[in-house]
Amino acid sequence: MGSKENTYEAVVTKEGREPLLQVKGLTKYFKVNKQHLKAVENVSLDIYEGETVGLVGESGCGKSTAGRTIIRLHKPTAGDVYFNGEDINQYSGKKLKQLRREIQMIFQDPYASLNPRMTVEDIIGEALDIHGLARGKKRKERILELLDLVGLDAEHISRFPHEFSGGQRQRIGIARALAVEPKFIVCDEPISALDVSIQAQVVNLLQKLQKQMGLTYLFIAHDLSMVKYISDRILVMYLGNMMELASSDELHENPLHPYTQALLSAVPVPDPKLKDRERIVVSGDVPSPLNPPSGCVFRTRCPHAMDICAKQVPEWKEVRENHFTACHLYE
Amino acid sequence: MSNILEVKDLVVSFHTFGGEVQAVRGVNFSVPKGKTVAIVGESGCGKSVTAKSIMQLLPKPPAEYKQGEILFNGDNILAKSERDMQRIRGNEIGMIFQDPMTSLNPTTKVGAQITEGILKHKDVSRKEARSQAIELLNLVGIPQPEKRVDQYPHEFSGGMRQRAMIAISLACEPDLLIADEPTTALDVTIQAQILKLMKDLQNKTGTSIILITHDLGVVAETCDHVVVMYAGQVIETGTVEEVFETPQHPYTKGLMKSVPRLDQDKKQPLIPIIGSPPDLMDPTEGCPFFARCEYAMEVCRDHNPSFEYMGGNQHASCWLHHPLAKASE
Repeated sequence: MGSKENTYEAVVTKEGREPLLQVKGLTKYFKVNKQHLKAVENVSLDIYEGETVGLVGESGCGKSTAGRTIIRLHKPTAGDVYFNGEDINQYSGKKLKQLRREIQMIFQDPYASLNPRMTVEDIIGEALDIHGLARGKKRKERILELLDLVGLDAEHISRFPHEFSGGQRQRIGIARALAVEPKFIVCDEPISALDVSIQAQVVNLLQKLQKQMGLTYLFIAHDLSMVKYISDRILVMYLGNMMELASSDELHENPLHPYTQALLSAVPVPDPKLKDRERIVVSGDVPSPLNPPSGCVFRTRCPHAMDICAKQVPEWKEVRENHFTACHLYE
Repeated sequence: MSNILEVKDLVVSFHTFGGEVQAVRGVNFSVPKGKTVAIVGESGCGKSVTAKSIMQLLPKPPAEYKQGEILFNGDNILAKSERDMQRIRGNEIGMIFQDPMTSLNPTTKVGAQITEGILKHKDVSRKEARSQAIELLNLVGIPQPEKRVDQYPHEFSGGMRQRAMIAISLACEPDLLIADEPTTALDVTIQAQILKLMKDLQNKTGTSIILITHDLGVVAETCDHVVVMYAGQVIETGTVEEVFETPQHPYTKGLMKSVPRLDQDKKQPLIPIIGSPPDLMDPTEGCPFFARCEYAMEVCRDHNPSFEYMGGNQHASCWLHHPLAKASE
């Protein structure tokens, strides 16, 4: 990558800028049989223009719900989301539709997120029609341009989703998201359904597009090595709660929270020389979000659990510079 | 070193409405006693079909074994009758399936699913079988096994179901255990638990394991030997150290480069393998990797390279290693 293309990275490192997206105390409960399923609990996060924030955690930790709630696919139980300084929870009707042009999503399963009865032209064109962006000849031109952008051929335009491989379908999903020229894209596990050799193709495409168009990503995933590679900062979640937030290098070099340490240590490394390294294997399963543990939610599996962990929810604080965590070990 | 399993020139096809799918096209590999062999490859490369052939679990038709033999302890499995196979399945060869959510019977208690194999293959009473089931649940690390043995699968979490699956597959102390993507459906912290459990059990019982996976990290951490499959063929084999440190086939090299390592420089783009695997309905005569290979030569188009010895334990099939080819790097 040449130095010319790095202009947007420069924006990321500039101090004192306004965040593109501000999440404050976001909470989302679902009602299940008169009980509350606490999917997301008090999540706060600033996302700056041009950066990629990774959101990692195990299944059921609320990362997808958090992503969907941030872009108003779910209505939050509590908390605010500001986009460009405006509270988007107050939006409705026209304003909400306008917001959808700014914020888009790429879904996990490329087999389920494309309508099997629509051609590629209609799938991508639908976004243009809804927002009245292009009509007639222009519409087709724009669709061809988008196909070219994501590395598909012009001849693909009249085909149906079943005629494509998983990687190609994910490219269609990306083209659809880009059709409305969004600023911010939530990528909800965009590569986890793809084969290894195809994953790298899609990740490279996402990075190329980010540099070309100055996109901002929230990248949700459970594959830590891929998240480290693509993200500038990483937020680790467990059972709906924020565990740790740091730049991706810092998080991997100095993981503070015992959960992050266990998660990093559990990732299998494709290098047989490291086979016998010391590993932290946490015992047990993730507790039910219907009835999460008191105090720190990780205490039931934490190797360092203390008395205070059951009594008090640990405070979210900056332990090192720009490195936040919620753990009683650091008080 | 003796081999518990030898697969020789196996060819398996499926007859479908659209034509014949050549899922496995001449697979050769062997499993040494007490070792773990990984079969790696992308979806559709024939790794699960190979595994199910060993267990004779493919319905015929549409499947057809066109050629080759599978020698288990020296006996050809493909020549055995269904009756004989029933004696081998679950007893001498155990299998762990990918998805613990769907491979357990939801209407039968976990204990009954474990004792089913024991009662079939061994001359024991129901009471003894039950106590063995409790012991097995304890062995695979399920707390309160006396209570759990009478529960149904839906009362177990994902990781616990996979533990129960392992308990079922180990019930008769098989000589060979086939694990078909045993951790793909699980989270990383649970995956680490299950892989550790399989390793511990192998150390205790001396079982040989075939581990089918697409996760190179899992291979590097748990296996001794690797079989790399592509488009129904084995393109490279060797010990884990050989294949990861000196991969000989361009596809293996490509796989190693396309996964980010934790020490990967972020400024360096990942090097993907361009294109996608060929259609096995109508495979080419030449090397199956030809269309995606950066070193492709004229000869690769029409002639499939033979499987050549590379030194050590390593074999690969690539024309680059032919004496007449130019040095690749």
